[in-house]
Amino acid sequence: MNETLHVARRNPKLLIGLSVVLGFLLLGLLGPLFVDHGPNQYVGPQSEPPSAQYWLGTTTFGQDVWAQFVYGIRSTFLIGVLGGGVAFAIGTAVGFLAGYRGGIVDEILTMLTNVVLVLPALVVLIVAVAYLDARGLVVQAVFIGLTTWPWAARAVRAQTLSLATREYVDLARLSGRRTWRVIITEIAPNMSSYLVMSFILLFGGAVLTAAGLDFIGLGPTDGVSLGLMLENAVAWSALQLGLWWWFVPPGAAITAVVGSMYILNVGLDEVFNPKLREL
Amino acid sequence: MLELSHVHKVYRVGAFGGGRLRAVRDVGLTVEPGEVVSLIGESGSGKSTLGRMVLGLTRPTSGRIAFEGADVTAIKGFRAKKEYHRKVQGVFQDPFSSFNPIFKAERVLSMIRSSYFPGVSDADWRDRVTDSLRTVRLDPDAVLGKYPHQLSGGQLQRLLIARALLLDIRLLVADEVISMLDASTRIDVLNLLADLKERGLGILFVTHDLSLGTYVSDTTVILRKGAVAEKGPTRAVFADPRHPYSRHLLSCVPRLHRTWAEVDADLDRERPDPVVPPAPADEDGPVPMTEVGEGHFVGADQG
Amino acid sequence: MSLRVNGLKVHYRTLRGDVQALDGVTFSLGDGEIMGLVGESGCGKSTLGKSLIRLDHRMHHIAGSIELNGRDVPIGDDAAMVPLRYHEISLIPQYAMSALNPTRRIGRMIDELLRSRGVRPADRADELRRRLELVGLGTDVLRRFPIELSGGMKQRVVMVVSTLLDPSLLIADEVTSALDVSTQRSVAESLVEFRDRGHVGSMVFVTHDVALVHQFADTIMVMYAGHVAEKGPAADVVSDPRHPYTQMLLSALPEAGEDTGERLRGIPGTPPGLLDPPTGCRFRDRCPMAFDKCAERPPLVETAPGHWSACWKTEGH
Repeated sequence: MNETLHVARRNPKLLIGLSVVLGFLLLGLLGPLFVDHGPNQYVGPQSEPPSAQYWLGTTTFGQDVWAQFVYGIRSTFLIGVLGGGVAFAIGTAVGFLAGYRGGIVDEILTMLTNVVLVLPALVVLIVAVAYLDARGLVVQAVFIGLTTWPWAARAVRAQTLSLATREYVDLARLSGRRTWRVIITEIAPNMSSYLVMSFILLFGGAVLTAAGLDFIGLGPTDGVSLGLMLENAVAWSALQLGLWWWFVPPGAAITAVVGSMYILNVGLDEVFNPKLREL
Repeated sequence: MLELSHVHKVYRVGAFGGGRLRAVRDVGLTVEPGEVVSLIGESGSGKSTLGRMVLGLTRPTSGRIAFEGADVTAIKGFRAKKEYHRKVQGVFQDPFSSFNPIFKAERVLSMIRSSYFPGVSDADWRDRVTDSLRTVRLDPDAVLGKYPHQLSGGQLQRLLIARALLLDIRLLVADEVISMLDASTRIDVLNLLADLKERGLGILFVTHDLSLGTYVSDTTVILRKGAVAEKGPTRAVFADPRHPYSRHLLSCVPRLHRTWAEVDADLDRERPDPVVPPAPADEDGPVPMTEVGEGHFVGADQG
Repeated sequence: MSLRVNGLKVHYRTLRGDVQALDGVTFSLGDGEIMGLVGESGCGKSTLGKSLIRLDHRMHHIAGSIELNGRDVPIGDDAAMVPLRYHEISLIPQYAMSALNPTRRIGRMIDELLRSRGVRPADRADELRRRLELVGLGTDVLRRFPIELSGGMKQRVVMVVSTLLDPSLLIADEVTSALDVSTQRSVAESLVEFRDRGHVGSMVFVTHDVALVHQFADTIMVMYAGHVAEKGPAADVVSDPRHPYTQMLLSALPEAGEDTGERLRGIPGTPPGLLDPPTGCRFRDRCPMAFDKCAERPPLVETAPGHWSACWKTEGH
């Protein structure tokens, strides 16, 4: 354990990824506290470039871009945690159960996984989201979670299959332990690095999917997100009008958060997997 | 105490269980208190599958496994299984894989406590642990507080036997428990099994090694391709093997004081009345056993 | 004498220091001699086997020399070893076939191997067929994939391939350990047959199973914690062991079909760590006969013709 920490502290990928993600997280958590008006309120002059009063300028309608930005980051993390979390919960539960139980349970769950896997997720999302009248962030996140879990389930199942044949798993079963306890205490800890990395990838995937949905106009009907900012900027010709401060910050933030998540993932991989350390 | 009759195990393999793999075929055997029964077989003989079925880790496809009169395969539910494992425990082949590498080795003992003896006080528990460690001749200071990789294979196997002894077990399934240990320490673990037997424990000793089987067991069951080739009192089986397969095995096992050529010559000279075991009728059917001596049976010839 | 090993020291470099896996090993092999190299895990038997053909990157040649048929074997110099490997000294590794490419047919793999060693496969094709038949395999194995062969068949294929150039020395590292007893016997008998026909010169058979090597080896060498404890004719080592370790080891082995009803006894204690091993005889902490002098390392002395033992209590000291 100490050795892992020691290696972790020296891994630049892990450190860079982690600090960028944490930086944005802090910005999303604390930023809105210092904004005394709502993100969609018309507070200032129209189409003003960044200034001391409006750090990231204003939109065509006089909304404060900085306010939208920090609230948007907050919703981005919410989408990531919730969407990634739902997918992670379903994926690991299905994967553990299928891999550990085997037999008919495995066959049914694997079939279900494969069916969801081959569904054109984006199309389903578009159809489902379009049918909902009031679309909130939470609904969007849950929908994303419900469609992106299969690959995590498959990965967890494969790992569980190999771990479940270890003799200490048999021994735990002989020690009067219930199935879920065997899974949580014997199997899961031995693939913890794997689980952490799955969550990170699901998080990044959820953020990107949400941004895509927002951008094509299927984002939350109330509230604000980085994807919605991009959509509005494009809809009101910010590109053509040269209002760069309207679309560059949200675009850059999405790229930075997801990108550093992936870098973090590679870093973690190196820390957990001693074979990769020397490369 | 333990009685297996007509136990079959067929695994379904391939997509949707299209293929069938026969692991165990019409096996019958008994283990009495204070008796060591060796289950001897080469790889693929179904010996480990039988051990797992007795432990309730795998279900037989058909047949009956009775422990103290009750059918083990009929045990349903978590509680009943847990009670069964209070009396029947197992130790496995690979000591290093029997311990979860991220926890200290003694966790195998504390798991027993939290599952079976939640009410026992710390002091009382410590005494019980010390007691059972002493039975397996382990120094508590040398093993408690250590991680599995800090202990030797022999120490780990003994710790696992100590774990089983914390419960009031009547039957121990020892699945290749010493095949990964060095020669100078494996005999100690074997002797330990003999001690337990003297305390009235029944032991099902699963092994591929005929010499270890000879040393420790009262009864020997030789398995081939999932079915019993020959079974009987260890002395009778080794002194007078009747099934062609048992004779072949005995002619191949390397011995310290006799060469292969000498054994071949002996077996040729003392060829007993040839037992021509009947070939079994069909794949799923029973395997006929022929009695050739008191308690000494020869199974079918599977070619 | 075909092989002469003199004072060989090989250490493993680790982060915590040097593990003295081989600490002054001396022995020799006659022409056509099959030597069983036995000992428990960590005694250095596998290290010795590997040292005779290739040191891996963690192993370092510290001292000592190896001579094969009068010529020096430069084990410390990887490049200089290349022409010797396979041609003069060959190895049957423990899990040879499981490491091979499952998508290649056996015949093609053999051809590739021969070519990589500078041999034209066509030159040895007839010999290859003859030898496959000798070990009871038809030539059709060449057209099969590794997965289609059983463990014993694979081990025999590897045996044929690794001796195809008639090496002077063959090292077999635990080649039968994963096999069932009946296959074990036929593989062992094939090895002897190869030696009898001159397909290999001498042979070092590394194993933990004394009873097995006793069946077919000419001599047995027992190692303990990086030292040679005893070497002698197989029958003598088994029936009249000189070193206390050998004596105790042999008396701890149960025998198939011989139920005397007596309890056998193991050897109390564990072998010393080789990171910082004790001086003198390395068995002395577990040895019931140990006395003051054992603090000094006992030399390997010949106590009977061809029978060597390293113990102060053995006759001759």
